Amino acid sequence: MTDRSQTRRQRLAIVYGIMMIVLLLVIMQLWLLTATMSMWLGGNSGVVWPAAAASLICLGLNLGLMRYLVRLDR
Amino acid sequence: MKPDSGPLHNFPDGKSEAEQPKWRKDFPIDVEADEYGARRDFTKFMVLTSLAFVCGQFWIGVQSLFRNDDHEPREIAKVNDLKVGQSVLFHYPTEHDPCLLMRSSEDTFLAYSNQCTHLVCPVRPDLKHDRLHCPCHEGFFQASTGSPLAGPPRRPLPKIILKIEDGIIYATDVELRNS
Repeated sequence: MTDRSQTRRQRLAIVYGIMMIVLLLVIMQLWLLTATMSMWLGGNSGVVWPAAAASLICLGLNLGLMRYLVRLDR
Repeated sequence: MKPDSGPLHNFPDGKSEAEQPKWRKDFPIDVEADEYGARRDFTKFMVLTSLAFVCGQFWIGVQSLFRNDDHEPREIAKVNDLKVGQSVLFHYPTEHDPCLLMRSSEDTFLAYSNQCTHLVCPVRPDLKHDRLHCPCHEGFFQASTGSPLAGPPRRPLPKIILKIEDGIIYATDVELRNS
């Protein structure tokens, strides 16, 4: 195995790691969305904006991870 | 980092390059590179999905700002028009919100939204068995409370607050509830 292919293998491991974290965050966002929708339809509007803020934080983390992924290719 | 002496390409069957069939030698695919690209693109797509979820959350937020919780009382029926065990359809608070008024006993009037909390199919009253039945997906609600009993619905039916004055039944408010 050359140095070049070893670097690519390492990058693949990093991509897998990032993919897992992003997947976890997205699943959490899906749960958050369904729970918020259920609460809102049940007349509880108090959770709507905190849930939106939490989802936005998840998106921020995901964007940060994607930025790292894009930089990895350069 | 110490490089090892493995093959440059990893083939899907795990065999060496010499053992590969001719077609694969003629058109070699770099599986690792392919896997890397696929996982990277999948991750980017997941980030896009994440953005869609945030849009959904903010859509609910915006909807909650425009939700009108103040409802005007409205006359829906006369006490004498409804016998015990009977029900009548009415609309409250708007003409697009079908509701069901039921008389379960001489002094008990119940009113709920007529839209199942699963997929808004109309529910049918079955006061003999103290339940409301949604035929679309076999959902059942307790008629006396509006709580889900069986089937896909998880939230109770929105309750219509009633007021009886001079033999006239008025709907005064809608009580949205969680299970």
